[in-house]
Amino acid sequence: MAETAAPATTRQKDLSLRVSPAAQLRAAFETDSVRGLVELSEVPFLTMVGLRVNRNSDAGQRVASVTGGLPAGCGGVAGPGSTSVLWLGPEEFLVVAPTEAHESLGGDLIQALREALADGEGQVVDLSANRTTFELTGPRSRAVLEKGCSLDLHPRVLKAGTALSTEIGNIPVVLWKTGEDTFRIFPRASFADFLGRWLLDAMREYASPEVP
Amino acid sequence: MLLISCPNCGSRDETEFHYGGQAHVAYPENPSALNDREWAEFLFYRDNTKGAFAERWLHSTGCRQWFNMLRDTVTYEIQAVYPMGSPRPDTPGPAPESGTASTAADSTTTGTAAPKISGTSISGTSTSSTSTTAPEGATK
Repeated sequence: MAETAAPATTRQKDLSLRVSPAAQLRAAFETDSVRGLVELSEVPFLTMVGLRVNRNSDAGQRVASVTGGLPAGCGGVAGPGSTSVLWLGPEEFLVVAPTEAHESLGGDLIQALREALADGEGQVVDLSANRTTFELTGPRSRAVLEKGCSLDLHPRVLKAGTALSTEIGNIPVVLWKTGEDTFRIFPRASFADFLGRWLLDAMREYASPEVP
Repeated sequence: MLLISCPNCGSRDETEFHYGGQAHVAYPENPSALNDREWAEFLFYRDNTKGAFAERWLHSTGCRQWFNMLRDTVTYEIQAVYPMGSPRPDTPGPAPESGTASTAADSTTTGTAAPKISGTSISGTSTSSTSTTAPEGATK
């Protein structure tokens, strides 16, 4: 058979053609964010890698040396700087890294993880297109999330630097508290539109003056 | 709404979980030796217990791990949460010490995170299947 498709390597990478899962809401995120109270934005195209490895095995320790550690238990987040590893299950982790870490942009994170795992028991899967990232920030962000999340989000229970799989507005997400008033929400791409609109609706009341 | 204590994640809403039916239904050792009646009973016939019932649950929204739970079907009281593969904690057996469940982390699904709670506080003296003493942490 003759080659029918051009090799992918020759194709020009036109990054402006990429469409993020909540791109259609970008203008709404801008206009409906309440400055100083609660602001919502999409952080598109983060590099995400699904890891399945026993952290106590040899392969797990090799992988941990690449990521800067693997979290030990529920809610744990490991890793210094821009690359973080979120705990999803006893042997399941999600690596979140900046866009540039993706191999299509010249990054070597995924390749390094594959090489660290080698033929050990486990998986390294590029899941960058699986989820998108919302960033909810501001002093009212907890109140917005509490409208649709059954977890106790009070700061004395949920500390900054904790990531939990849960549901927000009936959508399964990973909720990562990155700062005192900052949350990162990882919904799957197909739920991004719904969850984005749900969050905008939940934020709407804070645009009005507070009723004493 | 039940508040279920996942062995890995702690207390979460029932909506995060999926029900897996009756626990401890062993796969037949030699399936081809069964007749149709026995095969149908293995596949479809389940207990309809009034009282303490051992059942499987999956924390599908959280850690995606299976675990067993002993729940009262009348009061919905959760009496024990224990790993897959370990025996039912309140089973009255022939030996007096048979009520103690294994705490070994040999489960294939819970990995290293064996739950701290098992039915060890239930003594083997209970002769009925409905034990009134919930193990420590069952309602955590």
